[in-house]
Amino acid sequence: MKINDLLNQTSEWLKGTGPNAEIILSTRIRLARNIENKPFSNWATKEQMKQVFDETLSRLSEVKTIKAGMILSLKELAALDRQFLVERHLMSKEHAMHPDFKGLLIGKDEVASVMINEEDHLRIQVLGSGFNLRKSWELADKLDDQLSEKITYAFSLELGYLTACPTNTGTGMRASVMAHLPALVMTKRIGKLLEAITKFGLTTRGLYGEGTEASGNIFQVSNSVTLGQSEEDTLEYLERFVKQLISHEENARRTLLTQQRAELEDRVWRAYGVLRAAHIITSNETIDLLSTVRLGVDLGIIKEIDRLAVNELFIATQPAHLQKMEGKELTPPERDVKRAAIIRARLGETRV
Amino acid sequence: MVCDLCSKNVATVHLTEIINDQMRELHLCEACAREKGAEMEQHFGLQDMLAGLADLGEELGEEIGDQLRCEGCGMMYRDFRKIGRLGCGSCYEAFKKKLVLILRKIHGSTRHVGKIPARTNQNVSDKLRVQELKRKLQRSVEMEEFEEAARIRDEIRKLEKKQ
Repeated sequence: MKINDLLNQTSEWLKGTGPNAEIILSTRIRLARNIENKPFSNWATKEQMKQVFDETLSRLSEVKTIKAGMILSLKELAALDRQFLVERHLMSKEHAMHPDFKGLLIGKDEVASVMINEEDHLRIQVLGSGFNLRKSWELADKLDDQLSEKITYAFSLELGYLTACPTNTGTGMRASVMAHLPALVMTKRIGKLLEAITKFGLTTRGLYGEGTEASGNIFQVSNSVTLGQSEEDTLEYLERFVKQLISHEENARRTLLTQQRAELEDRVWRAYGVLRAAHIITSNETIDLLSTVRLGVDLGIIKEIDRLAVNELFIATQPAHLQKMEGKELTPPERDVKRAAIIRARLGETRV
Repeated sequence: MVCDLCSKNVATVHLTEIINDQMRELHLCEACAREKGAEMEQHFGLQDMLAGLADLGEELGEEIGDQLRCEGCGMMYRDFRKIGRLGCGSCYEAFKKKLVLILRKIHGSTRHVGKIPARTNQNVSDKLRVQELKRKLQRSVEMEEFEEAARIRDEIRKLEKKQ
């Protein structure tokens, strides 16, 4: 399997399936793990990093769960390919930035992946479609078990898994969901809900993780506490909060449908119209419009396209994806033209 | 999301700030972030706001803390204060006095209650064994199986001496 093969497949998390998929795009579990008696990546010498890199690669290739995919050494990848993998949520931006002795393992269906030598030696990730914390945790847990039979982790009974950053110490687990909340944003109810989040030991971020803006009305909600709370309890708290978030969004959608139907339909069809007519479009504008169109599809206002088609456009219109599809590097203005062309091709062009 | 400071521009920078042991999130536009950034750098000497967390250990006395050194990887506590990331697993032991304060601030706890890996080092597995034996000991005493209890007690002593 090669990187370019990914271009022809839809990431599991974009399939628009799984529980509550009309609001929760995806569920992610990330586990931070380090090898005992080895300095963490940020403090390691090149030689020590290489050692960890070589050792984990050989161990990882023995693990059944992810055997079928690919193992990548980031240094050997073009910058564009690295960005492509970030856009597919297979690794973090930080990981792509300094590729020396960094690795990435990707399971065949892109559900499981492992970053090597990110801030921690190992970052195990499971990314699934819809709202499915238990299922994703089970898979991450299993993968972690298999790895821990081959690798002795840095672990203490008092503090749990020892990680480079004290915000991850303990379970090393970050569980998150990506929620599409356009109605809560339109009805201006989102602010209060997000304020309440910290009281639950949770936190929100944008589409591409830490330090990114919530664009396209997509919010990432995750736990912030990893110590003094079991994995099960953490999942339970998050699950309970997300269920509330879902019902609030559902209510807001109903409100829009019943009380502001004309405005809603106008907004949805205008968004759809612009996407089908534009010849130059930025990625920010695209994400915002796709979010509105996606709401229209979810509410049955637009029936001629399905959720999957919209989801695929979310990712296909990202800069690295555009350039990979074109097979060459493009300047930002060239990208805006190419992006508009792809959207028109997929949604059907409007000619006036 | 609008900027928390000017309430005009779109917030594109997201910070976690700690003032007087209180953590808060800030969402800023670029202009305000630049201004704020300059201010923060005076406080912490780095953009990485997590590094600021390390200042929470202040009450222990700056000089003593800064001189703490991890034998495992050579990191000084002042290095951690600068980069906000620990050097290795042993740093947790070396900087314990300061780290427990930081961990409590972040998590509200300093006690792991989650998963235990299948393979652990001798030290951890001995401790786990002791925990298990103590449970057995209690049960034996309750059942009035004193011979068995004495045997378990000796085993616990042996393991605890090792540590």
